[in-house]
Amino acid sequence: MPNREISEAQVDAEYQRLKAEAESGGYHLNPDVAFTKDLIRGLLANEARYGHGACPCRLASGIKDDDLDIICPCDYRDPDLSEYGSCYCALYVSGAILRGEKAAQAIPERRPPESERRGMKAGRSPRHFTTRETSLAYPVWRCKVCGYLCAREEPPEQCPICKAKKERFERFM
Amino acid sequence: MSVKKHLKHVKGKKKGGITLYALSTCGWCKKTKGLLNDLQADYHYVDVDLLADDEQAEAVAEITKWNPECSFPTLVIDNSRCIVGFKEQEIRGLLKDAE
Repeated sequence: MPNREISEAQVDAEYQRLKAEAESGGYHLNPDVAFTKDLIRGLLANEARYGHGACPCRLASGIKDDDLDIICPCDYRDPDLSEYGSCYCALYVSGAILRGEKAAQAIPERRPPESERRGMKAGRSPRHFTTRETSLAYPVWRCKVCGYLCAREEPPEQCPICKAKKERFERFM
Repeated sequence: MSVKKHLKHVKGKKKGGITLYALSTCGWCKKTKGLLNDLQADYHYVDVDLLADDEQAEAVAEITKWNPECSFPTLVIDNSRCIVGFKEQEIRGLLKDAE
Protein backbone atom coordinates (compact mmCIF):
# COMPACT_ATOMS: atom_id res chain seq x y z
CA MET A 1 0.00 0.00 0.00
CA PRO A 2 1.24 3.48 -0.87
CA ASN A 3 0.54 5.04 2.51
CA ARG A 4 2.20 2.43 4.67
CA GLU A 5 4.85 4.87 5.83
CA ILE A 6 2.19 6.98 7.60
CA SER A 7 1.77 5.39 11.05
CA GLU A 8 -1.47 5.13 13.03
CA ALA A 9 0.16 7.27 15.73
CA GLN A 10 0.85 10.05 13.21
CA VAL A 11 -2.73 9.91 11.95
CA ASP A 12 -4.13 10.01 15.49
CA ALA A 13 -1.93 12.96 16.48
CA GLU A 14 -2.89 14.91 13.35
CA TYR A 15 -6.56 14.07 13.90
CA GLN A 16 -6.44 15.48 17.44
CA ARG A 17 -4.56 18.58 16.30
CA LEU A 18 -6.92 19.29 13.38
CA LYS A 19 -10.01 18.64 15.48
CA ALA A 20 -8.92 21.11 18.19
CA GLU A 21 -7.95 23.67 15.55
CA ALA A 22 -11.26 23.27 13.69
CA GLU A 23 -13.41 23.57 16.81
CA SER A 24 -11.50 26.66 18.00
CA GLY A 25 -12.40 28.41 14.73
CA GLY A 26 -16.04 27.27 14.68
CA TYR A 27 -15.45 24.47 12.14
CA HIS A 28 -16.12 20.74 12.63
CA LEU A 29 -14.38 17.60 11.45
CA ASN A 30 -16.57 14.82 10.05
CA PRO A 31 -17.89 12.75 13.00
CA ASP A 32 -17.31 9.53 11.00
CA VAL A 33 -13.93 9.01 12.65
CA ALA A 34 -12.73 6.12 10.45
CA PHE A 35 -13.56 8.06 7.25
CA THR A 36 -11.95 11.21 8.65
CA LYS A 37 -8.78 9.40 9.68
CA ASP A 38 -8.50 7.91 6.18
CA LEU A 39 -8.65 11.43 4.75
CA ILE A 40 -6.04 12.63 7.22
CA ARG A 41 -3.81 9.70 6.23
CA GLY A 42 -4.22 10.86 2.62
CA LEU A 43 -3.40 14.44 3.58
CA LEU A 44 -0.24 13.32 5.36
CA ALA A 45 0.68 11.17 2.35
CA ASN A 46 0.30 14.20 0.08
CA GLU A 47 2.33 16.32 2.47
CA ALA A 48 5.12 13.72 2.34
CA ARG A 49 4.84 13.30 -1.42
CA TYR A 50 4.49 16.92 -2.56
CA GLY A 51 5.70 18.95 0.42
CA HIS A 52 2.22 20.45 0.79
CA GLY A 53 -1.02 18.97 2.11
CA ALA A 54 -3.15 19.01 -1.03
CA CYS A 55 -6.75 17.79 -0.82
CA PRO A 56 -6.76 13.97 -0.71
CA CYS A 57 -9.73 13.82 -3.11
CA ARG A 58 -8.17 15.89 -5.90
CA LEU A 59 -5.27 15.14 -8.21
CA ALA A 60 -2.52 17.60 -7.22
CA SER A 61 0.11 18.79 -9.68
CA GLY A 62 2.83 18.77 -7.05
CA ILE A 63 3.66 22.38 -7.99
CA LYS A 64 2.81 24.40 -4.91
CA ASP A 65 1.76 27.55 -6.72
CA ASP A 66 -0.69 25.59 -8.90
CA ASP A 67 -2.02 23.62 -5.92
CA LEU A 68 -2.41 26.58 -3.50
CA ASP A 69 -6.20 26.67 -3.85
CA ILE A 70 -6.51 22.97 -2.93
CA ILE A 71 -4.12 22.93 0.02
CA CYS A 72 -6.32 21.86 2.93
CA PRO A 73 -8.36 23.76 4.04
CA CYS A 74 -9.04 24.58 0.40
CA ASP A 75 -10.42 27.82 -1.04
CA TYR A 76 -13.70 25.99 -1.73
CA ARG A 77 -14.37 24.61 1.76
CA ASP A 78 -16.45 27.46 3.12
CA PRO A 79 -18.77 27.94 0.11
CA ASP A 80 -19.23 24.14 0.01
CA LEU A 81 -20.00 24.05 3.75
CA SER A 82 -22.64 26.74 3.20
CA GLU A 83 -24.20 25.10 0.16
CA TYR A 84 -23.83 21.37 0.87
CA GLY A 85 -22.92 21.05 4.53
CA SER A 86 -19.51 19.55 3.84
CA CYS A 87 -16.35 20.30 1.93
CA TYR A 88 -15.49 18.34 -1.23
CA CYS A 89 -13.66 15.50 0.53
CA ALA A 90 -16.00 15.78 3.58
CA LEU A 91 -13.20 16.26 6.10
CA TYR A 92 -15.06 19.36 7.30
CA VAL A 93 -18.81 19.32 7.90
CA SER A 94 -21.58 21.62 9.10
CA GLY A 95 -23.13 21.59 12.58
CA ALA A 96 -26.16 19.74 11.16
CA ILE A 97 -23.97 16.89 9.92
CA LEU A 98 -21.94 16.89 13.13
CA ARG A 99 -25.16 16.46 15.12
CA GLY A 100 -26.32 13.67 12.83
CA GLU A 101 -29.32 15.60 11.49
CA LYS A 102 -27.95 15.22 7.98
CA ALA A 103 -25.50 12.81 6.34
CA ALA A 104 -22.37 13.86 4.47
CA GLN A 105 -22.42 12.89 0.83
CA ALA A 106 -20.35 13.31 -2.30
CA ILE A 107 -20.80 16.82 -3.71
CA PRO A 108 -19.98 18.41 -7.08
CA GLU A 109 -16.52 19.84 -7.74
CA ARG A 110 -16.42 23.63 -7.26
CA ARG A 111 -12.82 24.09 -8.34
CA PRO A 112 -12.76 25.53 -11.86
CA PRO A 113 -11.08 23.39 -14.56
CA GLU A 114 -7.40 23.98 -15.23
CA SER A 115 -7.95 26.15 -18.31
CA GLU A 116 -10.11 28.58 -16.32
CA ARG A 117 -7.74 28.61 -13.35
CA ARG A 118 -4.89 29.73 -15.56
CA GLY A 119 -6.93 32.69 -16.78
CA MET A 120 -7.96 33.64 -13.23
CA LYS A 121 -4.37 33.58 -12.02
CA ALA A 122 -3.25 35.91 -14.79
CA GLY A 123 -6.06 38.35 -14.00
CA ARG A 124 -5.27 38.50 -10.30
CA SER A 125 -1.73 39.78 -10.35
CA PRO A 126 -0.79 41.62 -7.13
CA ARG A 127 0.78 44.31 -9.31
CA HIS A 128 -2.73 45.40 -10.03
CA PHE A 129 -2.66 47.15 -6.68
CA THR A 130 0.85 48.54 -6.48
CA THR A 131 0.17 51.49 -8.71
CA ARG A 132 -3.42 51.97 -7.63
CA GLU A 133 -4.35 55.18 -5.85
CA THR A 134 -6.03 54.51 -2.53
CA SER A 135 -7.15 56.72 0.31
CA LEU A 136 -6.80 53.91 2.82
CA ALA A 137 -4.07 54.19 5.45
CA TYR A 138 -3.34 50.46 5.07
CA PRO A 139 -3.95 47.83 2.44
CA VAL A 140 -6.69 45.33 3.29
CA TRP A 141 -5.87 41.62 2.99
CA ARG A 142 -8.42 38.84 2.62
CA CYS A 143 -7.94 35.21 3.60
CA LYS A 144 -9.08 33.24 0.55
CA VAL A 145 -10.01 30.28 2.74
CA CYS A 146 -12.35 31.86 5.28
CA GLY A 147 -12.78 35.50 4.23
CA TYR A 148 -11.06 37.04 7.27
CA LEU A 149 -10.06 40.65 6.54
CA CYS A 150 -7.27 42.70 8.11
CA ALA A 151 -5.84 46.12 7.41
CA ARG A 152 -2.05 46.09 7.82
CA GLU A 153 1.09 46.39 5.71
CA GLU A 154 1.29 42.62 5.16
CA PRO A 155 -0.99 39.66 5.79
CA PRO A 156 -0.35 37.74 9.04
CA GLU A 157 1.85 34.63 8.95
CA GLN A 158 -1.20 32.55 9.69
CA CYS A 159 -4.90 33.35 9.49
CA PRO A 160 -6.12 33.74 13.10
CA ILE A 161 -9.47 32.19 12.17
CA CYS A 162 -8.80 29.24 9.88
CA LYS A 163 -5.00 28.90 10.30
CA ALA A 164 -4.32 29.15 6.55
CA LYS A 165 -0.80 30.38 5.80
CA LYS A 166 0.21 33.86 4.65
CA GLU A 167 0.42 32.81 0.99
CA ARG A 168 -3.34 32.18 0.97
CA PHE A 169 -4.13 35.90 1.45
CA GLU A 170 -5.03 38.21 -1.41
CA ARG A 171 -5.06 41.99 -1.56
CA PHE A 172 -8.71 42.99 -1.12
CA MET A 173 -8.62 46.81 -1.03
CA MET B 1 -1.89 2.35 -23.94
CA SER B 2 0.54 2.03 -21.06
CA VAL B 3 -1.97 3.03 -18.37
CA LYS B 4 -3.70 -0.27 -19.19
CA LYS B 5 -0.88 -2.28 -17.72
CA HIS B 6 -1.46 -0.53 -14.39
CA LEU B 7 -5.14 -1.43 -14.27
CA LYS B 8 -5.72 -3.82 -11.41
CA HIS B 9 -8.32 -6.49 -11.92
CA VAL B 10 -10.69 -7.20 -9.04
CA LYS B 11 -12.44 -10.45 -9.83
CA GLY B 12 -16.11 -10.68 -9.07
CA LYS B 13 -19.29 -12.45 -10.07
CA LYS B 14 -20.99 -9.49 -11.72
CA LYS B 15 -19.48 -8.15 -14.90
CA GLY B 16 -20.44 -4.58 -15.60
CA GLY B 17 -17.51 -3.61 -17.83
CA ILE B 18 -16.34 -1.16 -15.18
CA THR B 19 -13.07 0.76 -15.11
CA LEU B 20 -12.59 2.87 -12.00
CA TYR B 21 -10.19 5.83 -12.04
CA ALA B 22 -9.39 6.62 -8.42
CA LEU B 23 -6.94 8.33 -6.07
CA SER B 24 -5.21 6.26 -3.39
CA THR B 25 -5.76 9.06 -0.85
CA CYS B 26 -9.45 9.78 -1.51
CA GLY B 27 -12.21 8.77 0.92
CA TRP B 28 -14.96 8.70 -1.73
CA CYS B 29 -12.79 6.54 -4.01
CA LYS B 30 -12.29 4.13 -1.12
CA LYS B 31 -16.05 4.01 -0.54
CA THR B 32 -16.57 3.32 -4.25
CA LYS B 33 -14.10 0.42 -4.21
CA GLY B 34 -15.79 -0.89 -1.05
CA LEU B 35 -19.23 -0.74 -2.64
CA LEU B 36 -18.06 -2.50 -5.80
CA ASN B 37 -16.48 -5.20 -3.64
CA ASP B 38 -19.65 -5.56 -1.56
CA LEU B 39 -21.68 -5.92 -4.75
CA GLN B 40 -19.24 -8.59 -5.97
CA ALA B 41 -18.53 -6.58 -9.07
CA ASP B 42 -15.84 -7.60 -11.53
CA TYR B 43 -13.88 -4.43 -12.31
CA HIS B 44 -10.55 -2.83 -13.09
CA TYR B 45 -9.14 0.15 -11.25
CA VAL B 46 -6.11 2.39 -11.19
CA ASP B 47 -4.96 4.87 -8.54
CA VAL B 48 -4.02 7.77 -10.80
CA ASP B 49 -2.01 9.65 -8.14
CA LEU B 50 0.44 6.74 -7.94
CA LEU B 51 1.27 6.71 -11.66
CA ALA B 52 4.49 8.17 -13.05
CA ASP B 53 4.12 11.59 -14.68
CA ASP B 54 3.73 10.48 -18.30
CA GLU B 55 1.30 7.70 -17.46
CA GLN B 56 -0.62 10.04 -15.19
CA ALA B 57 -0.96 12.52 -18.07
CA GLU B 58 -2.23 9.70 -20.26
CA ALA B 59 -4.77 8.65 -17.62
CA VAL B 60 -5.91 12.26 -17.18
CA ALA B 61 -6.43 12.57 -20.95
CA GLU B 62 -8.50 9.37 -20.92
CA ILE B 63 -10.60 10.46 -17.90
CA THR B 64 -11.15 13.92 -19.37
CA LYS B 65 -12.79 12.31 -22.42
CA TRP B 66 -15.53 11.00 -20.12
CA ASN B 67 -15.46 13.60 -17.36
CA PRO B 68 -14.10 17.00 -18.45
CA GLU B 69 -13.55 18.03 -14.81
CA CYS B 70 -11.26 15.03 -14.33
CA SER B 71 -12.54 14.51 -10.80
CA PHE B 72 -12.40 11.31 -8.79
CA PRO B 73 -13.78 8.70 -8.63
CA THR B 74 -14.70 8.38 -12.30
CA LEU B 75 -16.26 5.08 -13.35
CA VAL B 76 -16.25 4.31 -17.06
CA ILE B 77 -18.83 1.71 -18.01
CA ASP B 78 -18.51 -0.46 -21.12
CA ASN B 79 -16.40 2.25 -22.71
CA SER B 80 -19.64 4.09 -23.41
CA ARG B 81 -20.65 6.21 -20.38
CA CYS B 82 -19.45 7.28 -16.96
CA ILE B 83 -20.53 7.85 -13.37
CA VAL B 84 -18.72 10.69 -11.61
CA GLY B 85 -18.42 10.62 -7.83
CA PHE B 86 -19.61 8.16 -5.21
CA LYS B 87 -23.22 7.86 -6.44
CA GLU B 88 -24.29 4.86 -4.44
CA GLN B 89 -27.71 4.30 -5.99
CA GLU B 90 -26.45 4.66 -9.55
CA ILE B 91 -23.63 2.20 -8.88
CA ARG B 92 -26.03 -0.26 -7.26
CA GLY B 93 -28.39 0.12 -10.24
CA LEU B 94 -25.53 -0.59 -12.61
CA LEU B 95 -24.90 -3.99 -11.07
CA LYS B 96 -28.46 -4.96 -10.27
CA ASP B 97 -29.01 -6.84 -13.50
CA ALA B 98 -25.40 -7.77 -14.16
CA GLU B 99 -24.35 -11.40 -14.08
